[in-house]
Amino acid sequence: MKKIISGNEAIALSFGDSGGVFASGYPGTPSTETLEEVARLGKVYCEWAPNEKVALESAIGASIAGGRTLATMKHVGVNVAADALLTLNHTGVNAGLILMVADDPGMHSSQNEQDSRNYAKFAKIPMLDPANSQEAYDYVRDGFEISEQFDTPVMLRTTTRISHAKGVVERKEKIAPKIGPWVKDVPKYVMLPNYGKIKHVEIEARLLKLQEFAETTPLNRIEMGDTELGIITSGVAYQHVKEAYPNASILKLGLVHPLPERKIREFAGQVGRLMIVEELDAIFEEQIRAKGIRVDIGKNKIPLCGEVNADIIRAAAGDPPAEGTAPIAALPQRPPIFCPGCAHRGLFTILSKLKVFVSGDIGCYTLGALPPMSAMHTTICMGASISAAHGMAKVNEIAGRTEKPVAVIGDSTFFHSGMTGLLSLAYNKGNALVIIMDNRTTGMTGGQENPGSGRDLQGQPAHQVDMVTLVKALGIENVAELDAYNLEATEAAIKKGLETPGPYVLIDKNPCILRYRIKSPVLTVDQEKCTGCRACLKAACVSLGLLPPAEGKKQKVQIDPNICDGCGVCAQLCKFDAIAVAR
Amino acid sequence: MDIFNIVIAGVGGQGVLLASKVLAESALASGMDVKQNEVHGMAQRGGSVISFVRIGEEVFSPVVIPGTADILISFEPLEALRYVHYLKPGGMLVYNKVTINPSTVATGLAVYPTDVEEQITQACPDARGINALAVAKEAGNAKAVNMVMVGAVMKKLPINAEVVEGVVRAVSKEKGIDVNLRALKGGAAA
Repeated sequence: MKKIISGNEAIALSFGDSGGVFASGYPGTPSTETLEEVARLGKVYCEWAPNEKVALESAIGASIAGGRTLATMKHVGVNVAADALLTLNHTGVNAGLILMVADDPGMHSSQNEQDSRNYAKFAKIPMLDPANSQEAYDYVRDGFEISEQFDTPVMLRTTTRISHAKGVVERKEKIAPKIGPWVKDVPKYVMLPNYGKIKHVEIEARLLKLQEFAETTPLNRIEMGDTELGIITSGVAYQHVKEAYPNASILKLGLVHPLPERKIREFAGQVGRLMIVEELDAIFEEQIRAKGIRVDIGKNKIPLCGEVNADIIRAAAGDPPAEGTAPIAALPQRPPIFCPGCAHRGLFTILSKLKVFVSGDIGCYTLGALPPMSAMHTTICMGASISAAHGMAKVNEIAGRTEKPVAVIGDSTFFHSGMTGLLSLAYNKGNALVIIMDNRTTGMTGGQENPGSGRDLQGQPAHQVDMVTLVKALGIENVAELDAYNLEATEAAIKKGLETPGPYVLIDKNPCILRYRIKSPVLTVDQEKCTGCRACLKAACVSLGLLPPAEGKKQKVQIDPNICDGCGVCAQLCKFDAIAVAR
Repeated sequence: MDIFNIVIAGVGGQGVLLASKVLAESALASGMDVKQNEVHGMAQRGGSVISFVRIGEEVFSPVVIPGTADILISFEPLEALRYVHYLKPGGMLVYNKVTINPSTVATGLAVYPTDVEEQITQACPDARGINALAVAKEAGNAKAVNMVMVGAVMKKLPINAEVVEGVVRAVSKEKGIDVNLRALKGGAAA
């Protein structure tokens, strides 16, 4: 039966249909739904790992124990898992192992725009790049076969427009899971230098075999059409190419590493102008040019940054783009902001007021960097808030500066890789105030469970780590609780943390209102009392709005009852007691 | 047939994604190829959301290019203005007249254009504004705005109304079926 599903759903479905036994991953847009969908299949074991390195290492173990395995993560997650990956390429696999990585060209929801195809080249392993949901489904099965045939991990790369785009998928016949033997094999799995040296030679030999495979596999197909323009492409870029030039000749690569040299040479010889369309880096182009093949249109015309589309491709080939009108300029922007009722609002209202330096991290709270809060001053990568604050404090100390940095991090990010930074802070006599916003969910990616939420990926009860005990065990003596909904208490707690020398940790345990569906009675503005001073607007809440100005008077504020969550932060900012629960 | 392009715009939390799902499933149920795409993640937090549904014999790209949309459905007036350039000449625009303040307006950093409806009409003279919130409330649930908006463009779709109703039945929770069907019909009559 045909279904319309996203690339992520297709990968999950195919994992279940292709004898998958074990799946692990860490949430990250646009990869997150893959593992959630595996969980929804019901019959296949899967779990959230605290970070991507743990996910991949657990996947390696599962493969060694004989089960077909999937690890899922977003592109930056592979950086975390890279240590495991760059040795997994040496050991190879027992049962098939697929590492699904979701890239985010255009940076819809990411801190960088890296092209994960570089990892396949770096690790010298095969990579599949599906162009729609059907291929995402098919390539999981192909990936397991390649993985087992060539004794290699396989990377399955998607992009946002594959992971989140829905298309029609037809399922294949289900393969029942088969679990192979769990065998001790020291030279294969113990990467001491002596064994590693042998494995490196094997990696190079394997790559040559994979190159031969790339020449003949139907994953790489030539669609001959009009020969004036020939285009080499892969992934979603193929769809944009078909949109721009439905009749052009195309070499569509499904296996994007290693490249089929003879096939490319043959194709290039049959077409007039050769064009390479790839999103982000010039990975195909550099390799193809290095083989001495003439490339007429590539990154000289197609941007290295952002997504491609049919218009960009047409313009690159010298044709006019589709007739479009320009967007209307100067409209108010609508950036994301803390949800009405979110505990982060209270915290950042105070951090903004105190004008402290905030070393930030990855999560919903990163939105605290946006105006009017503007109260986050660095966001680098998962877990960096605490370690970066530590480095700042050390240099401040050397420079004789007295200001203490504040690190803000969420629970899931803390478990991911913030804990090691805190360990360093305690160990190296650091001097930072660390605020852990423990809202019991991985919020920004849509509310996934984590080791602090008390539930597992299936929603079943699981061990819930106690944050205070954990923080103390890492060596932090000064630990206090925080209630960010209470502005006065929050200000006092932060001030105390800043005044107390050495590491200091504040933990806010208010749960995510979106994930746990928390709603308090709606607030309203007493128009008699409102002076139009706008102090409440510092709360940066979309339920607040200015009324049309009455003649000669300041605009007063109103609260949209459909949006207000009743958190009370705006009411505490009002000096005239104008905001209260609606009667 | 040519590819039929639908763009759905709104604000995170308004149900743009479910409306997109209904349209995509309806196209599939009518035997057509379909691609549907939106960007989630940051958009969930009250940000601007845009979703594409492309219907035809064989659909390649999941992305609608500006200047090529047959229909723009906007759940909010400012978002209609933000994405009106996606419409092709003669394309149809239906928007919900109920405004939602962006955070930039809520914090006093920007001003919501008071002439938003005039600007919409200027950009698209045949644009139709409806109070989808009122229709949804009348149907029994303020959250059914998305079904009202689907109903409002139903006549223009290359899909039979019965098919859309069948899909709404299938994707709704049991107790929400009647409300959603009433919202769909209410939208069609608005």
